[in-house]
Amino acid sequence: MPAGTLYRGREGMWSWVAHRVTGVLIFFFLFVHVLDTALVRVSPEAYDEVVATYKTPIVALLEYGLVAAVLFHALNGLRVIAVDFWSKGARYQKQMLWSVVGVWLVLMVGALYPVLGHAVREVFGS
Amino acid sequence: MSTETNAAVGPVEGASLYDVDHPAPIIEPPRQRTRKTPKSTRGNFELAAWLFMRLSGVVLVVLVIGHLLIQLVLDGGVSKIGFAFVAGRWASPFWQVWDLAMLWLAMLHGSNGLRTVINDYAERAGTRLWLKGLLYTATVFTILLGTLVIFTFDPNIR
Repeated sequence: MPAGTLYRGREGMWSWVAHRVTGVLIFFFLFVHVLDTALVRVSPEAYDEVVATYKTPIVALLEYGLVAAVLFHALNGLRVIAVDFWSKGARYQKQMLWSVVGVWLVLMVGALYPVLGHAVREVFGS
Repeated sequence: MSTETNAAVGPVEGASLYDVDHPAPIIEPPRQRTRKTPKSTRGNFELAAWLFMRLSGVVLVVLVIGHLLIQLVLDGGVSKIGFAFVAGRWASPFWQVWDLAMLWLAMLHGSNGLRTVINDYAERAGTRLWLKGLLYTATVFTILLGTLVIFTFDPNIR
């Protein structure tokens, strides 16, 4: 650990950690995603073959994780902007974090069926 | 009072060491800019990067969540996606511009974020240099590849 680092814990630090972790994960996914989309320049078959693997249940689960990371990073990013630019932002950073978590939970429940519905039907049959 | 310069303290720009109001020599502030200070400094790159993260972030919230809604939620989710679907989307300049803006903003936003992470955790100068070299190479490659694909997409490739 770098010398002189002071980790203060609680909402401020953990939201910062989560923002970093989700940001790095999304960035690595972005590389892969540009590369897979570039296959449309190779041939329709090559593209469809790779996208077919994205429709499997396990990748659907990873996709749900990606949605979770993107939604948290987006909502918490708006909170960071509010902390920086709103005069009362720093004072309400904790309340804003719990609002972020609340909205995130609602959206994640909402994303359950659209993202995982197909995978569930495939695994359990319908 | 004379205005002669004292060898021990250099003259502050535009001010003499002694005058009526300052019978004692003026001591130069440690970081005062003088004529000897190099004109070019590093500029405000870090400020610009900080501002870019916030501005691009707001735009990306709209672009990316819209993208996720269309690709993963609306009519059929990911199971509808294929070459024909991409061809349909990129037939419209609106979606071409959307995807192009998303590609550039997301890559630059993510690249700057990873630059910060590297600066924070890679303690040796050589490690930082190599990691950032790799990062910038990968970023330029990915942005150029993605841009090329959007502009040269051919729905009748076969």
